[in-house]
Amino acid sequence: MPDSRKAVALISGGLDSLLAARVVMDQGIHVEGINFFTGFCVEGHTHALRNRERARPKRNNALWVAEQLGIKLHIADIIEEYKNVVLNPKHGYGANLNPCLDCKIFMVNKALEWMEANGFDFIVTGEVIGQRPMSQRKDTMPVVARESGAHERLVRPLCAKNLPASLPEQEGWLERSRLHAFSGRSRKPQMALAAHYGIEDYAQPAGGCCFLTDRQYSVKLADLWNTRGKREYDLDDIMLLKVGRHLRPRANFKLIIGREEGENRFMEGYRKRFVHMIPTSHSGPLVLLDGNPDPGDIDLAARLTARFSQGRDAEQVAIQVTERNGGTRTLAVTPMPADQIPADWYL
Amino acid sequence: MNNGTVDARHLLCPLPVIRTQDAIAALCPGDSVRVLCTDPGAIHDIPAWCRIHGHEVCDISKHDYEIVITVRVGTTE
Repeated sequence: MPDSRKAVALISGGLDSLLAARVVMDQGIHVEGINFFTGFCVEGHTHALRNRERARPKRNNALWVAEQLGIKLHIADIIEEYKNVVLNPKHGYGANLNPCLDCKIFMVNKALEWMEANGFDFIVTGEVIGQRPMSQRKDTMPVVARESGAHERLVRPLCAKNLPASLPEQEGWLERSRLHAFSGRSRKPQMALAAHYGIEDYAQPAGGCCFLTDRQYSVKLADLWNTRGKREYDLDDIMLLKVGRHLRPRANFKLIIGREEGENRFMEGYRKRFVHMIPTSHSGPLVLLDGNPDPGDIDLAARLTARFSQGRDAEQVAIQVTERNGGTRTLAVTPMPADQIPADWYL
Repeated sequence: MNNGTVDARHLLCPLPVIRTQDAIAALCPGDSVRVLCTDPGAIHDIPAWCRIHGHEVCDISKHDYEIVITVRVGTTE
């Protein structure tokens, strides 16, 4: 028997998982964190991409939480395996393309694999009954425990008193009386517990950490699948859905238009893979043409590019067009007036 | 001593951290790894990851938009 039991805690970077880990650590358990990168995580990317986000602290909240707790954090790249969760969720989607219940089951299962591979004893999550409409309900929380394979080795310290005793409680590794009975969507119990621990600086309340819960992002992902005629994606696809303004004037191509310097710089890394445009007579965005634009589409795309440049009110704007083979030419085009751009072109 | 290089340019965090983590898993204490990246978030995230895992950030340099972070592997892994 080991002297100290060991738990792996799913750390999202939010308050709930921070508190859950802390509650267990308070009972002398050795805790290490695990954080999963699906490709859809909001964490981090907006800092890198958009200048307007610069006022927010530039930090990965999961790493920050681990540092506050004084624990190790293992970040797992699950991009490939996660595709099946997104494409074929057994329990379906939430309000958008968010497969929250399948996602939670998958992540707890991955944590279980890690736990077994590293000689740990149980898994900790920050789940609270009633906190989330899909994955954190009284009827779905047992589903997570069962279908992940974790069963009684899954501990939810923030609401454990509302649930049957887990293995660590049965075995006396954890005192049930020192766990909590939070429920519902109120954040007050978590805030009070944070105050009890002297934790004042924490990320936004749980949730909002996945682009799949975002309606606009889901629209763009569905458009990607519809126009390709197949439900699949790679990392670059889902990264580019996070960037820029997306306009689809034709089924065979869309424009990805950088909205600011940070996005333009990020898109620079992709430009060799796309026909791309940039205004040369006026300042303006880098525009990637995603898909297979016909020669006749180029003029339309150039006029749209001009529309989003500083020359939007000029009679003509020079647009440099670069083909995938590197060949360039410059077109002089009239910017498309805003009122001639159909609303349904905007994704 | 081994000295390796991780090319994490054009990757957004946390991927540069994950690539660093994976590279260090194959190295020994005292080895070094240079991480090339372009996401400014890496300047914060890689040192944070190093602090909690006991590795030392020896140098951070920036050339235009390219960042080079040199990490020496610690002994606590």
